[in-house]
Amino acid sequence: MALSADDAHASAAGHADHGHAATPVVSFVTGPDRYKHWSYRVQGAVATVTLAVDKDAPMVPGYELKLNSYDLGVDIELADIVRRLRFSHPGVRCVVITSGIAKMFCAGANIKMLASSTHTWKVNFCKFTNETRCELEDATTFSGQRYIAAVNGTAAGGGYELAESCAEIYLIDDGNSAVSLPEVPLLGVLPGTGGLTRLVDKRKVRRDHADVFCTKGEGFRLRDALRMRLVDGGWPKSKWEQGLQDRVAAIVGAETGAEPGIELPDVVVETTQEAGITTLSYPHVQVRIDPAARTAHLLLRAPTQPPETTGDSLVQAGAKAWSFAAFAQLDDALLQLRFNHNQVGLILLQTGGDAQQVLAHDAALTALRDQGHWLAREIQLHQARVLRRLDNMSRSMFALVLPGSAFAGVLAEVLWSADRAYMIDDPDKPNTIHVGPGSFGTYLMHNGQTRLQTRLIGEPELLAAVQARIGQAISPSDAEQLGLVTRSPDDLDWDDEVRLAIEERVSFSPDALTGMEQNLRFAGPETCDTKLFGRLTAWQNWIFQRPNAVGSRGALTMYGHPQAPVYDWTRT
Amino acid sequence: MTAIDYQSKIPNNVDLNSDRRLQRALEHWQPRFLAWWNDMGPEGFQSKDCYLRTAVSADKEGWAHFDYVRMPDYRWGIFLADREPGRKVPFGDHYGEAAWQDVPGEFRTALRRIIVTQGDTEPASVEQQRNLGLTAPSLYDLRNLFQVNVEEARHLWAMVYLLQSYFGSEGRDEAEELLARRAGDADKPRILDAFNQPCNDWLSFFCFTMFADRDGKFQLGALAESGFDPLARTCRFMLTEEAHHMFVGDTGLERILRRSAQLTAQDPNGDARAQGGIDLMTIQKYINYWFSYCLDLFGSEVSTNAADWFGAGLKGRFGEEKRFTEHTALNQTRSLELIRDGQLSSHEVELRLAMNEILRDDYIDDCVNAIRRWNKALSAEGIDFQLELPSRRFHRRQGTYAAAHFDPRGELVSEAEFERNRTAWLPVDADRQYLESIMKPVFGVGQIANWIAPPKRGINDNEFAYEYVRL
Repeated sequence: MALSADDAHASAAGHADHGHAATPVVSFVTGPDRYKHWSYRVQGAVATVTLAVDKDAPMVPGYELKLNSYDLGVDIELADIVRRLRFSHPGVRCVVITSGIAKMFCAGANIKMLASSTHTWKVNFCKFTNETRCELEDATTFSGQRYIAAVNGTAAGGGYELAESCAEIYLIDDGNSAVSLPEVPLLGVLPGTGGLTRLVDKRKVRRDHADVFCTKGEGFRLRDALRMRLVDGGWPKSKWEQGLQDRVAAIVGAETGAEPGIELPDVVVETTQEAGITTLSYPHVQVRIDPAARTAHLLLRAPTQPPETTGDSLVQAGAKAWSFAAFAQLDDALLQLRFNHNQVGLILLQTGGDAQQVLAHDAALTALRDQGHWLAREIQLHQARVLRRLDNMSRSMFALVLPGSAFAGVLAEVLWSADRAYMIDDPDKPNTIHVGPGSFGTYLMHNGQTRLQTRLIGEPELLAAVQARIGQAISPSDAEQLGLVTRSPDDLDWDDEVRLAIEERVSFSPDALTGMEQNLRFAGPETCDTKLFGRLTAWQNWIFQRPNAVGSRGALTMYGHPQAPVYDWTRT
Repeated sequence: MTAIDYQSKIPNNVDLNSDRRLQRALEHWQPRFLAWWNDMGPEGFQSKDCYLRTAVSADKEGWAHFDYVRMPDYRWGIFLADREPGRKVPFGDHYGEAAWQDVPGEFRTALRRIIVTQGDTEPASVEQQRNLGLTAPSLYDLRNLFQVNVEEARHLWAMVYLLQSYFGSEGRDEAEELLARRAGDADKPRILDAFNQPCNDWLSFFCFTMFADRDGKFQLGALAESGFDPLARTCRFMLTEEAHHMFVGDTGLERILRRSAQLTAQDPNGDARAQGGIDLMTIQKYINYWFSYCLDLFGSEVSTNAADWFGAGLKGRFGEEKRFTEHTALNQTRSLELIRDGQLSSHEVELRLAMNEILRDDYIDDCVNAIRRWNKALSAEGIDFQLELPSRRFHRRQGTYAAAHFDPRGELVSEAEFERNRTAWLPVDADRQYLESIMKPVFGVGQIANWIAPPKRGINDNEFAYEYVRL
């Protein structure tokens, strides 16, 4: 959270009215030539990513992004950089995140922005920033791109949370710079971008140390931070560059970073409106939004061309390869639904095209990946990440399996990301699904399990039976028996059963549904990520709604105003 | 182990002899302080006897004692102004409640920050001024420099006392950090920028004591109103010493101005430099430089910290109890000129958010008065030159005006225009080199350098011609 010496200005636009003056239509498409806040430089196997926020370029008018604090616009650029480093600079082995402004590494999320945002915006913003940080960790773990935080000034709140998402944290020893999580003492909310979870689960800071740290507004400088393992090291200013260089050199070793990458062109969407229906059209994805019904039909199209089977041809196809492009488009579509269409309560997931082509693309990628090809690996990691974004949608999701659909291989994962799957069983129209080998380990959920493992947690014998059917066409009745779909009504029952299910679903309380779905989707073991998206987020969202935070005298409301917050002391 | 007599070693009115916790803390800290003083205190004069005043009580009459002392033997003491029985929190949301004798838990972070920031400035100025003795224009000035230095170090003691007495082990850690940071150091600079600027010539020294110590007067004055009683009492006593520092700066500048006027009049071309003096334009440029740096010390024009601290009853306005009748500062506004989209525009700001600016107003008024006095002195010397205090918007590095460029009168100018005029508005290297070239030490009793006039009287009723430092 952004805390600054003087993070306030005269006109508090929209303060406490729970409404953005103008919630913009958000675009997630950006590129280095358009960055306002971040920049990156690649030298050999080292990338240096520098935050120097343009305070006069907030995403929504009404607040200044002082002291390297961030809003969604800033984080969209970071997400873009993390992705570009993986695809365009695959030779990078170490990514140094640092600040380009004096004395402040990053002050976290901008408080004026949070205080003037709707609850929906805050939650979506936090979820996106969390996903970005998970993506950064994913790159460290699976892409061999080790992130290190070069904290060359104070890192407060989200600034420290960003550092925590890096594999290593180094803090400058200048007698003044500190790391801190001041949300509880100063703002009455939580360090909700993973701050608490990563402290005890990832960095394994002892809980009493963590308790002291999270309630100490000014945080700790190097000596104490090191003692509690809040950071991994640090140097005085005169030894800073050398210390970092030595550490980076040790990480990079003999790697030269010579591997050429691929270009990432903008994802292009065409938006049309007709008879009240908004349609987002991408080459491989289409979303039809019906505001009156509060539903969106999301259609994923199978590839029409055979896959690239050699590393060279895959690199040549680059971002045009179906396996990448379809999921980049799905990613964008999901974010559009989250930010720009938040009245949609139910997403109806559909696929279309040639199932065999999907399986062929998956197989080609897996073969190349197993030969050690970086791009094949990155594309599959990318697919897994987008599927996790799908799991995290705060919308009801039904998959509809119709004849001509292509729920096969990676696209079959969509079935099990959905809350329910309906598969029509029409004797006249063959309808099948295909399970691919990737569903047994390539596309892990946030809980570290496959979707099938999570789904069939109480029926391990079914899991084995499904595994025996890899690559085979599975009929509706078999699919229902194997636990792969919820229901397989016949053609006579289909309309009523599915229509009723849809209409009933969108009539329920959206809040209750979100809570229910999030609790049902992630059975099985907990991981740092599930705690972060489940426990931490749920608590934060509760606190964000409470009068102690957002009431007329709540801490978040009063931030930047000349009176102290007034709390209701009742413990709930 | 024999008991140490703290009363004689460390003059105090905080009952140090019976406060074991404070004794323990000071036993640890004092040797480090002395090491710091020997390392960073005045260069070249540590073994000399200096005619210095030492605070020996908080009594309004006769609180100080004058005598010769070697600076490392100076008896740095701990004094708080006398406690006012029944004192109440004089402003903010806790107005009228009993003043706090201990740190309220909810204000620990804020108080720590206030005290550390104030405390950090005290040793910083000693560090900035450590080489000045080598070029002193007279023994009188040399002595004044050392007086300022030892008292700034005593102010460090005052802040350390608060940290060690009221903040537990973390206060002790902060007290050590105050000795670890160094003015202008690349690795551990002082917290505030003005205290990292070099102060290598006597014109800068007088500007510093005039403008930076005057900032101290207003900061201490605002803290002297604090609802945290030990802080209020500490700052009240510090103010009595600070007055002399400002006197040194104020009269030092006036003496230079008078001498410059005389040399200007003497020279056939009206060129003070040709006579080995300092021309009035250079003095104006130094005033521009230091005044603008010191304005930054007051913080942002619109400040939530200042609002929080006022609301909490920790830092008031200057003269809060005496000068104001309404002490909540709620439901009132203050008009401020702020930079928005590169232009100046007027904004109504909630009064509490403008507390920094209110304190800055008082400071500027004080400086305006000094300029008026100096201009009178110039007129009395028969010179047709008037100094001007630059606008508060000129040459700022902090706050709203840092986002644009202004000329000394406060008019918005382009960056190019500012840069074109930089040499006319602010000191340049050639000015610094010139000052260095004329600043040679003058250590004879009763003698004085050519570029400055002697003072009207000496220290503690002594003559100017007095051996203030035995070399």
